[in-house]
Parts: sequence; C-alpha cells; structure tokens
Amino acid sequence: MAAPAVIELNNLCKTYGDHRAVDHLSLSILKGEIFGLLGPNGAGKTTTILMMLGLTEPTSGSVRVCGIDPVRNPIDVKRKVGYLPDDVGFYHHMTGLENLLYTAALNGIPRAEAEKRAWELLEQVNLTEAAHKKAGKYSRGMRQRLGLADVLMKRPDVIILDEPTLGIDPEGVRELLRLIRDLSRNEGITVLLSSHQLHHVQQICDRVGLFVNGKLLAEGNMERLAQQLFLQDSYVIHVAASPLDASLRAKIEAIPGVNKVEQTENELDVYCQTDVSAAISKTIIESHASLFHLSRRHFGLDEIYHRYFEGRDAR
Amino acid sequence: MKAGKEGRWENDGFSYAKRWGERLKAGGLDEKKRTRGASSAFSAIVKKELADYLTSWRMIILIALILLTCFGSLYTAMTTIRDALDSSDEAKEIAKGAYLFLKLFTVSDGTLPSFVTFVGFLGPLLGIALGFDAINSERNRGTLSRLMAQPIPRDYVINGKFVAALMLNAVLFLSLGLLVTALGILVLGIPPTFEEFSRIVCFLLLCLVYIAFWLNLGILFSVLFRQAATSALSALAVWLFFNLFYAMVVEVFAKSFLQPDAITSVEQAVSHQELVLGLMRLSPSYLFNESTTALLSPDVRTLGIVTVEQTAGAVAAPLPFSQSVLLIWPQATALIAATLICFAIAYWLFMRQEIRASG
Repeated sequence: MAAPAVIELNNLCKTYGDHRAVDHLSLSILKGEIFGLLGPNGAGKTTTILMMLGLTEPTSGSVRVCGIDPVRNPIDVKRKVGYLPDDVGFYHHMTGLENLLYTAALNGIPRAEAEKRAWELLEQVNLTEAAHKKAGKYSRGMRQRLGLADVLMKRPDVIILDEPTLGIDPEGVRELLRLIRDLSRNEGITVLLSSHQLHHVQQICDRVGLFVNGKLLAEGNMERLAQQLFLQDSYVIHVAASPLDASLRAKIEAIPGVNKVEQTENELDVYCQTDVSAAISKTIIESHASLFHLSRRHFGLDEIYHRYFEGRDAR
Repeated sequence: MKAGKEGRWENDGFSYAKRWGERLKAGGLDEKKRTRGASSAFSAIVKKELADYLTSWRMIILIALILLTCFGSLYTAMTTIRDALDSSDEAKEIAKGAYLFLKLFTVSDGTLPSFVTFVGFLGPLLGIALGFDAINSERNRGTLSRLMAQPIPRDYVINGKFVAALMLNAVLFLSLGLLVTALGILVLGIPPTFEEFSRIVCFLLLCLVYIAFWLNLGILFSVLFRQAATSALSALAVWLFFNLFYAMVVEVFAKSFLQPDAITSVEQAVSHQELVLGLMRLSPSYLFNESTTALLSPDVRTLGIVTVEQTAGAVAAPLPFSQSVLLIWPQATALIAATLICFAIAYWLFMRQEIRASG
C-alpha cells in the first residue's frame, strides 16, 4: 500500500481582488516522495506554498500538512515543515554558523545540541570552510546551500523549496539537487519543490505537477504527464539512416501507430502513440538502408512544456 | 470596488476572530511546553536585535552624539551654577531650597542648549533610527519569510524588535541620567534631595515614553513602506514638522482665522488662547516640552493660562512633587496613548501583511 499522504490540498482557492491566484487545487503528496511543482512565473506556486505554511489564508478549500491544519495551527506545522523561500536571505553581519544557531534558537533547540547539528549540516552542504565567513559575503550558490542547512536545523519531516535552483551555476545546481535527493532517500524527508526550470525538476522528482494560472493541469511521473497532456504523440523516436528516400519514409509512415514523421536531411523524428522502435528498425533494414542511430526520445519537461504551450497563449 | 474591499476586510476580521477562538481551544493541552519553548525563542529574538543595535554603526554614532552633546550641555550648566554658588555663601543656602540640582538639566549659559533641549531634540532621532528599518529591512533582505517559517508567532518579530529597542533606550537614558546626577554631586558638592531625585527619575521615564513614541512611529513606517529610505525620510519629515513647523502653523492659523483683533472680552481672549493651546498640544513634542518643564522646574504652577485674579491669592512657592506630577498627568497620558496607538497600528498592519520573499 502507498505511503500516507503528508500534504493534502483539497479544492484550494486563493483570490486577490479579482485575480484568482490558485483555482480549486487538489493535490496529495506522499511520505518520502519528491514532488515537483512546475509552472511559469506567476502561476501561483509561491501562493500555494504560503498557504501550506499558514502564512496566507486560503479563500476557500482546505490544507492539511502532516495531518495539521495550517490555518488553525500554523506554529505546529512550522515545527515539522522546513521552508526555503526563493531568494533566501541571511543576516549579512552574522556568519553562516551564527545564522544557523539563530534559527536553532528560534526553534527552541538547546545551544550545545544546536552547535553540533549546525556543524554536521554545514559539513553535509559542504560549507565547513565558510562557516565563520559573514553571510553577506556568500555567493548565491553558497547561500542556497546554507538555506538548505538552515531548513534542516529543525529536523523537519517535510521540506518545501521554492525555486531552489534559481540563479545558481550548473555545477551548483547539480550539487544541490544531489543533496536534496540524498536527503529524501536517506532520511525519508518528503520534499516539495517548485520551479520553472524543468530539466532540474525532472532530474530528481518522483512526481511532477504542472501548474498554470492557478490550476493543476496534469500530475504524475514524466511519462504519465506526457500521456495526460498529449493523448497522441506520446513517443518520439529519432532515427538516422542512409539513404533516406521518400519510399522509406512512406514505409515508416505506414507503420501502425505512427502519426507524423518529420524529416531533416538524413534524420527522422517519428511521432507515434506506442513504442514502435522495433518496427522502424526492421523496416529500415528490410529496405537495405543503413541504420546509424535510433533512439526513443524521452520527453523532457522542456518538451512537454513547450509543446503544451505551443500555439496557445501561455499567460 | 472600495465597498467590496471593505466587505472583504470585515469578513476577514470575523474569520480571524473565529480562528483565534479555535486556536486557543486547540492549544490548551501542551500549552506549558509550548510557552517555554516560545519564550526562549522570544528572548533569542530580543537578544539578537539588541546585539544588532549595539554593533551597528548607526547606533554607535548616534549614541556618541548624544553622549557628547549631553555632557557638553552639562558642562556649561555646571560652570554656570558653580559660578553662582561661588559668588557667596548665602547663595549655597538658597540653592538648597531652590531645587538647584534640577537646574543641571535645564540651565544653559547661552552657548549650548540645555540637557532637556538636547534630549528633546535628539531623542526622537534616536527613536526613529532604531525603528525606521525594523520590518522592511528584514523583508528586503529576504530574512522575513525565513523567520516566518520558524515555529514562532508572527508578532514575536515586531514585539521583539520593539522590546529590544526600548531596552536599549532605557539602559542608555537611565544610565545617562544617573551619570549626570553622580557628576552633579561630585562637582557641585550638593546631594540631590529625594524629591529632586524622584523628579529626575520621572523625567527620564518621560524621555523614554517620548522616544518610544518616535520609535513606534519608525516601526509603523517600516511596516508601511517597503523602502527603508522612504520610511526614514517620512519619519524625519514628521519629526521636523512637529519640532519646527507645527508651532508656526498653529500661529499662522491663530492669526488669520481666529482674528485676535476682533476680541472684545476677557472670555473671548481666554477661549481663543485655550484653542491655540489645545492645537499646540496635538504635537507630541509640545506635550513633552510642557511636561518636562513642569517636572524639572517646580516653580511652574500651571501649564494653561491664568488670569491675574486667579494668581492674586497664590503663594509664590515651588510645587511639591506630587502636585507637579498631577499637573503633567494629562500630558503624560496623552504621550503614552500616542505611543500605544502607533504601536497598535504597526502591529495590526504587520499581522495582516502578506509575507512574501519578493514583492
């Protein structure tokens, strides 16, 4: 049986004046899972997160985090949930270690224990050398890693990360994502992360929810997401063969399940409903052409995103 | 549109109250454990804020300025008093009865303003400097949302800042006042009587309230304005207005609208004067000046207007301490009320504000 739901949103709505930021959102996130909340800027991701923490009150609908209602008991929720805001800030005049200790004090952790935990976490996020450096001198990536350590100070059950990869260089992103994944796998922490950078989310998330204009358009793992969004053309197979003439192309188009074929010189993109790689390779070999390359293109989120918004108004 | 907004607010207010009730009910069980953890969190905030104030250059410069000016004015007051004392032995005897000690705070030889003037002038500046970026700097640095994600009630942040700033003020002004008293004893060789001492303590408390007013105004602006510079400038503008321009505005108003030339009877003159005085008393700095004058100069018998008939039977003697306190009671109450109102508005706004990392 599946793990119990840690975060449950039920018909959640939030309106600002006439603008509906979150529109009847229902979502449940299971224990130990990494869930990616994906959407363009202004889709209502941050608002949703704030409602989970009880920092904003929902207009209607209900939220439960770890079985607690954040509207009524925000402090109990915040005891269990760590939140890393986008563009996390630290007190510039305090060192990284002091910032962590301050968080610990706010959480009522005794000083000795806090110090031990802070050093452990600093080691984990690879900031041991910068521990005594003023937080104002930290680079963006360092700040983000310190933010992660800060969130973990209270030993949370759930961590919510708002755009954790924004503005960090690729190597930093990889490191951060690896850290997040390790945390989830080794300590069983449930992770909710929001982003508009799709390939980052894709690397580590178990499930993804696509969130646009306050509505959840689709959710599930990558493949299900693709199926939900594009009922046909769920697979794209990339073929490179030579010679690639019209008759071969016609043969490939005739394979059952193939919807569309796009050709660029000696390469083909075959859009199909089911995985027909075997049939394609067979067709090519049988027409005595040489097959150089055949791969099933995985649907990246970029692709999903791009194709979803292709031809319609994204905003 | 506007009506709709108000309706929503009302609605919000109602649901707030309902939720508070529910929160209270839910929180009954492990209340003890929770409050212990919470109070340590509160003291952590106060400690950190206090440390921030004490190490910030802004505060160091302001405190240095206050110390310098206060001791400067004290020095001139001391030399003036000592010269008067040295002139004859009789003077010493008279001095004992004439609340000489309080003169330390009010006398000046014309080169430097008196201690009271300096405190009345620089105190607000200190208050504003302590408060003007309390909330918006946290917001701009992105630390507010991080702070809000910790298991502390939201009001801890604003309360903690207020308490820390007030503590700093209390320590600064009480120690300053006591230092002045000690120096006075050393230099003049006359110990203050108990009454003089109580007047000084009362004066210092009043300073504290007055500074707390400006502090709260600063905090209020820091909640209202997102930019620290905007809030600092607006707070300074209010301060300048009340310190310099308000009296002029009232005067212009009295001259042009109340038509002093048309006054024919005593009653009219009195009511005219009372109206002007009432207008003046809307300014916190005027209230402060009035009450410090009454406290530190026992000869001041009234803060309103008196006719010649009323003074006819009066004995020209200084008021006892309790009577002076009675005299300034309305002023002190008004100052405290203004302070509380400022804080209440700031608190209310802060509790309702959206916490967002950006925007």
